[in-house]
Amino acid sequence: MKSKKRNHLVLHYTLLTILSIVWIFPIVWIVLTSFRSEGGAFVTYFIPKQFTFENYKMLLTSSTYPFVQWFLNTLFVAICSCILSTLITIAMAYSLSRLRFRARKPFLKLALVLNMFPGFMSMIAVYYILKAMNLTGSLLALILVYSSGAALGFYIAKGFFDTIPMALDESAMIDGASKFEIFTKITLPLSKPIIVYTALMAFMAPWMDFIFAKIILGDNVNKYTVAIGLFTMQTKDKIDQYFMAFTAGCVLIAVPITLLFIFMQKYYVEGITSGSVKG
Amino acid sequence: MKLKSKSEGQLTFRELFKKGDTPIKLSYIFMGTANILNGQIIKGLAFLALQIGFVAWLVVNGFHALSMLQSLGTKAQGWVMDESLGIEVQQPGDNSMLLLLFGIAAIILILLFIFLYIVNLRSARKIFALKQAGQPLPTLKEDLNSLLNEKFYITLMSIPLLGVLAFTILPLLYMISIAFTSYDHNHLPPKNLFHWVGFANFSNVITGDIAGTFFPVLTWTLIWAVLATATTFFFGILLALLINAKGVKGKKVWRTIFVITMAVPQFVSLLLMANLFNGSGPVNAMLQNWGLIDQPIPFLTDALLAKITVIFVNMWVGIPVTMLVATGIITNLPTDQIEAAEIDGANKFQIFRNITFPQILFVMAPSLIQQFIGNINNFNVIFLLTGGQPANSNFHSAGETDLLVTWLYKLTVTAADYNLASVIGIIIFVLSAVFSLFAYTRSSSFKTEGA
Repeated sequence: MKSKKRNHLVLHYTLLTILSIVWIFPIVWIVLTSFRSEGGAFVTYFIPKQFTFENYKMLLTSSTYPFVQWFLNTLFVAICSCILSTLITIAMAYSLSRLRFRARKPFLKLALVLNMFPGFMSMIAVYYILKAMNLTGSLLALILVYSSGAALGFYIAKGFFDTIPMALDESAMIDGASKFEIFTKITLPLSKPIIVYTALMAFMAPWMDFIFAKIILGDNVNKYTVAIGLFTMQTKDKIDQYFMAFTAGCVLIAVPITLLFIFMQKYYVEGITSGSVKG
Repeated sequence: MKLKSKSEGQLTFRELFKKGDTPIKLSYIFMGTANILNGQIIKGLAFLALQIGFVAWLVVNGFHALSMLQSLGTKAQGWVMDESLGIEVQQPGDNSMLLLLFGIAAIILILLFIFLYIVNLRSARKIFALKQAGQPLPTLKEDLNSLLNEKFYITLMSIPLLGVLAFTILPLLYMISIAFTSYDHNHLPPKNLFHWVGFANFSNVITGDIAGTFFPVLTWTLIWAVLATATTFFFGILLALLINAKGVKGKKVWRTIFVITMAVPQFVSLLLMANLFNGSGPVNAMLQNWGLIDQPIPFLTDALLAKITVIFVNMWVGIPVTMLVATGIITNLPTDQIEAAEIDGANKFQIFRNITFPQILFVMAPSLIQQFIGNINNFNVIFLLTGGQPANSNFHSAGETDLLVTWLYKLTVTAADYNLASVIGIIIFVLSAVFSLFAYTRSSSFKTEGA
């Protein structure tokens, strides 16, 4: 019996090790490539023959691809839209979960319908609206679009607010607290996990989105975010020259986001499950 | 709502007009008069100012915008004879696209104004009711305070809703309208005009020239969505069970290894995969070096292989997500059933099939359908990995692995067939709506089951 159990465990560990290798391998490969000194997009081996920091140097100093500028742009957009989106999402979710007003139910249905249209469909129209406001090619436009999108992404946060017992609000109301006081003094302090989750998601979005960003920013290379910037580096005609700089850029982006993510993992799971279990 | 207002004895607006005094009657023509003449001066002036602004806009822009909506422009860009100069000059012509956009914006503005007008009448009615009851009217300060209390939702929601109106509803209405016009690569404004064509685009997609692309792409989209959802779900749960099995040490470390891949931005990991599986990429090179194959395997350039590769890469992306969520569920599952089954001599597979899996499925079912809809719209995986390639010459600007969404993207960005793209968008909406409805009824049945 005991040896059978040990066999089981050995099987478990072998499987897990193989799977881990499959999952980790591409990431290791990209890190290795970013230090490779031999040129070209594709080589026939995995471990570079010579290691170098040249790719990073090239990335950080290149004038055709101002990576540092892109990084600062993205950071700026991410911080602004993180603050705005979190405020908006929490405000919407709280209103729709805790406050009662006539348009509540119809609005919930409308939001459900609006969310079912693919976002790309309205992309071109959004571009022309921004153009009419004279905002295309600016980071402000990106912040506006990302934050206004947050207004319809309230479902997960609403699910969370729904779980806070209504009795808390009621007893505060009997004590004479206004809705505003209940919101700021009772609900918000209880909502740390969902606030962190919302903020984290909003912060990460600008680092990953390249479709909307590309359409809004057009050819204005100096205003690019990292995602579009890196994407332009690996087009067919550029890839041979810039592939390793591209991988270096990927590593530089992935490291902070990965760290942030691992650190916030707990909140991420709470966010997903609190939303999905409530349905 | 109507029933309620009647039971409270509230007047209809018609009764109010008959019974109200002159300021209230005037409110029907000049908004805010009732407020101004009853001491709510700032509130009343705000109403009046908005009305003046609206009328001014209507005269300057609004009427023109509305009147052009029907024809979407009549003057094409071109050269016309200028009699006074005696030479031909270029006439800028009407821009159908902007006319349509402004027309829809005008309709939204008018609806907003009607709403405001009703708010104005309601306010007048409230004044009437309070005066009849002999109660004091709320001061500006009290009105503002109510925005933090019983009307707190107005404070919280009005700014976000303006954003939704400008960046979601207006663009959406615009694009839906486009589906009924001839706005394609032959009718590009400002050079050419486009017009209303009714349901012609829909019949073109379903029975016309485009059907030969539409149905294969739709089929592949559905196959992809089913396979992508099922594989990541099933193997994600298996992985979670593997990590959380009794006796496995370092659960946290194992979990973190897989979670790292989740944290890497998708455009990084997917572009990376595209390079990895390239014809001259490292995977092929390695297999050739080992002498396992003579020719590079066309992972992303052969129609069938590309589809398989896409699904496998999606497993790489999606399994950790399911694993992470399932882990949370597994650690909370009651163990007594499993122990009882073990005593009865059930083997691991039986326990998984009859106890663990159904319980996880029960909890995750709503999110599973969400994932399915998400996969129908999974732009990133296809766009970054294959870009819809390999090409198929029978398709209209679509490749073998294109989903409806990526096809939509190509139709707008590369082919400039905006009307077709809008039709596809509406069809995607219908698909999502059908499955969401299904999910909704299912999850409510789950709720009653759980209760």
